[in-house]
Amino acid sequence: MAAFWNSFDSEISGCDCLGDSHLRQAPGDSIASVPYISVTMAAKKENSDDEVDEKVKKYLRGEAANLEGVKDKKLKGQLAVREDLYGKSAKTAAKIEKWLLPSEGGYLEAEGIEKTWRIKQESIAREVDILSSRNQYDIVLPELGPYTLDFTSNGRYMAAAGRKGHLAIVDMKTLNLIKEIQVRETVRDVAYLHNELFFAAAQKKYPYIYNREGTELHCLKEHGPVLRLQFLKNHFLLASINKFGQLRYQDVTMGEMIGNFRTGLGRTDVMQVNPFNGVVALGHSSGTVTMWKPTSSVPLVKMLCHPGPVSSLAFHPNGHLMATSGRENKIKIWDLRKFEVIQTLPCHAKTLNFSQKGLLAAGTGSFIQILADFSGSQNYSSYMTHSMAKGYQVGKVLFRPYEDILGIGHSMGWSSILIPGSGEPNFDSWVANPFETSKQRREKEVHSLLDKLPPETIMLDPTKVGTVRVPQKKEKPTKKDVEAEMEAAIETAKDTEFKKKTKGRNKPSKRAKKRREMIDKAKRPFLEQQTQEHETSRKKQKTNPETEMPKSLQRFVRQKAT
Amino acid sequence: MKVKVISRSTDEFTRERSQDLQRVFRNFDPTLRSQEKAVEYVRALNAAKLDKIFARPFIGAMDGHRDSIKCMAKNPNYLKAIFSGSDDGDIRLWDMASRRTVCQFPGHQGAVQGLTVSTDGSILVSCGSDCTVRLWNVSDANLADSDNLSDNSAKPQAVYVWKNAFRAVDHQWDGDLFATAGAQVDIWNHNRSQPVNTFDWGSDTTISIRFNPGEPNILATSANDRSITLYDLRMSSPARKVIMRTKTNSIAWNPMEPMNFTAANEDCNCYSYDARKLEEAKCVHKDHVSAVMDIDFSPTGREFVTGSYDRTVRIFQYNGGHSREIYHTKRMQRVFCVKYSCDASYVISGSDDTNLRLWKAKASEQLGVVLPRERKKHEYLEAVKNRYKHLPEVKRIVRHRHLPKPVYKAANLRRTMIEAERRKEQRRKAHSAPGSIVTEPVRKRRIIKEVE
Repeated sequence: MAAFWNSFDSEISGCDCLGDSHLRQAPGDSIASVPYISVTMAAKKENSDDEVDEKVKKYLRGEAANLEGVKDKKLKGQLAVREDLYGKSAKTAAKIEKWLLPSEGGYLEAEGIEKTWRIKQESIAREVDILSSRNQYDIVLPELGPYTLDFTSNGRYMAAAGRKGHLAIVDMKTLNLIKEIQVRETVRDVAYLHNELFFAAAQKKYPYIYNREGTELHCLKEHGPVLRLQFLKNHFLLASINKFGQLRYQDVTMGEMIGNFRTGLGRTDVMQVNPFNGVVALGHSSGTVTMWKPTSSVPLVKMLCHPGPVSSLAFHPNGHLMATSGRENKIKIWDLRKFEVIQTLPCHAKTLNFSQKGLLAAGTGSFIQILADFSGSQNYSSYMTHSMAKGYQVGKVLFRPYEDILGIGHSMGWSSILIPGSGEPNFDSWVANPFETSKQRREKEVHSLLDKLPPETIMLDPTKVGTVRVPQKKEKPTKKDVEAEMEAAIETAKDTEFKKKTKGRNKPSKRAKKRREMIDKAKRPFLEQQTQEHETSRKKQKTNPETEMPKSLQRFVRQKAT
Repeated sequence: MKVKVISRSTDEFTRERSQDLQRVFRNFDPTLRSQEKAVEYVRALNAAKLDKIFARPFIGAMDGHRDSIKCMAKNPNYLKAIFSGSDDGDIRLWDMASRRTVCQFPGHQGAVQGLTVSTDGSILVSCGSDCTVRLWNVSDANLADSDNLSDNSAKPQAVYVWKNAFRAVDHQWDGDLFATAGAQVDIWNHNRSQPVNTFDWGSDTTISIRFNPGEPNILATSANDRSITLYDLRMSSPARKVIMRTKTNSIAWNPMEPMNFTAANEDCNCYSYDARKLEEAKCVHKDHVSAVMDIDFSPTGREFVTGSYDRTVRIFQYNGGHSREIYHTKRMQRVFCVKYSCDASYVISGSDDTNLRLWKAKASEQLGVVLPRERKKHEYLEAVKNRYKHLPEVKRIVRHRHLPKPVYKAANLRRTMIEAERRKEQRRKAHSAPGSIVTEPVRKRRIIKEVE
């Protein structure tokens, strides 16, 4: 069995390297020869074909290229062969997804008049196997302050940090406490680096990087008093936002500070990384969300999301959706391709998090609500709820990768509850392996270091790498538009009311003169623009006498120095 | 209420015994991976750099001859062997793996001008400027025979003397005949001491000759009057002839597309022709800076290697205008003959400095047994490098080759001259009536005429 799986040795994206010789045939094919069953089988096969078609679309990653306009025959032939290969590999990947994936996702279905959001965690625990019900617990640590959590990318290890200085690393598979240390100062945030060996804690004055043993490895003095830390996995960049609103990016492989920007929008502790393209989004107290990349000191995007301060922010793993919540008790779901609101939900949310399957967890006070879109059309509705004991104030909700578990960090410790259908059931060993051995972890570290992306690859649309940059043409307003604008300006100028003057100063001739002056003033900017354009076009014409001469004499025309 | 939660049992996902391989699970979903294109680009860059690090094409030189090497022959039945003949009449059989002489064939009084092996690998035919054709028995049994003389030399099976000095020889594929080129083209049989047939067209010497691999009765020759002639043995007179502007030094037929042949010309280019349509070359391969002396196709038919008077060996794609690879060494002087090995992995060049040199066909290839995982990795790196090879950073690394200074300067000079010619042509066109001057494509320009 192992050897069979090892033969699928290609590493990235399944394209070009998949062999389809290892696939089994779909059952419909082999039974279709029997006549009286064949009708129903054919219908079933059509349904399955539709499903496969949808999946193929996902694996195609965009539209096929249009080869009509290519004149070069050699190039056209080569491109046609490649497009064919892409189609084949997408089909193979879709078939693999249908037949060869080992696990199936979780689900929660209510029967009868029952509603899913009324189902309590205790009733779920009763229905589910022992191993899963072990994952539902509350750890109560009241003296050490509100807790924040972070999981490694394979969901196996968790780092918990209490405000009063308690740092703990837990192995979630065996629920073993690996190490806990007390750093005796305020810890505001904790973030794992590329694997479970290293984590960063944002302490009172500076962030520190610790080992799995609890040894302090680095003290990052340049960052200052950090409020939030985020790690960009593909680039090995540690992003931090500090008390003074300064955003810093540091490369943790070489320790180089890549970017250091003053956001200029004040102190904020709302920061998230968009996993799809690696941009860091900050939510500010003015209600704006800004998106940053390490190579530019101005934000890529600045969008006004809420009338009041933004209280939290979350990104969907597919990179197209963003959920923001503000103090006015609304959650807005944004489409990041068009920067438009898709949905507004009336919901309190102090903390937000998206799961791998697209479920949204929103937590306020001691109440947590899970929203899901069932139809796939990005229409979120309530799926599950969970309320904890009254005194527990939820600080952070975080879904555990590859599991149906939600981790909650609150003022009395941390808890974990089961949310069926939130995690991705099938992991890829070369992306994140929850059953990693130490050898595999070391290999993966080396490979990911080799594949480390330079910070310049962070952009809003990551699919633009390798494509041709189209030269931007500035749109000039047409003549008609300009004339229409001028007319409108003249109309408004004509409508102005004049002050009625007395003592013989209100003569009709003077009024008429004043009116003409106003109209001329309104016309002036347009006329100036026109004369400027004439000047430049005349200058251009002057410096191009070549255009008048025949082609053969063009090289004899003397170029005047302009 | 129906509920199911993801629960993975450890035994299903980990190996049972420590001798087993680790279990690997794949999910090709694009949402699990982010920034795929950037990762691929970084991998392409790294692959290009690794390629350059591992690019060590030179394997070794085979030393032994005492004069410059003029001709080589490969035995289609025995992969490791190569025959070479030099200007002092010395013919040697080399074992490429150990790079040593296995056997010597002394006998020729003057320069050995041509060598060829019959298709069944039993007879080696050599011709020289002493007007003789010698046949040697080189079947495996004979060579492995320890009955040989102590100095590893063999006696010829037959010696045929004829009227004029010979310039080249080639053996028919799957047949009994071989042809020699000299003052005229002679067709011989192994057992006859006189040529069976003679072809003569024009009064100039024929300098190279090649039989067609697909059609055993067709052969192509090139002569000193700048022509390439096609002969058919079944007809009594030559078939077609194309006259070019400069002399063709050597011809090679494409083994996979036997109607196409490529001619190595004195004007530093190679011209690929379709034998059925000789009025226009199919492709012009330009990159050498001095006369191209010899050419040989790879058995895959997709590449060919050329050796030139400018002391370099270049490998071209069969349909590409520019070379894929260039090999040069300080010690290698004028290259007079090249051969592509029968397993398409090696290139052998024989040059003026009395050495045969063995090179890898793909400079960064890993020799020896390649494990399936390694092979897949190499294929993946090759594919990802090809996908991004047009991007500037990757292109700069992939294209970069070190050229010896004389070649570099000569190439620049040639480029300037060709550019100047082109500009003058353009200006002539611009200053004359439109349509009066017509530029011919390069494929046609070098051909003077075609004769039936």
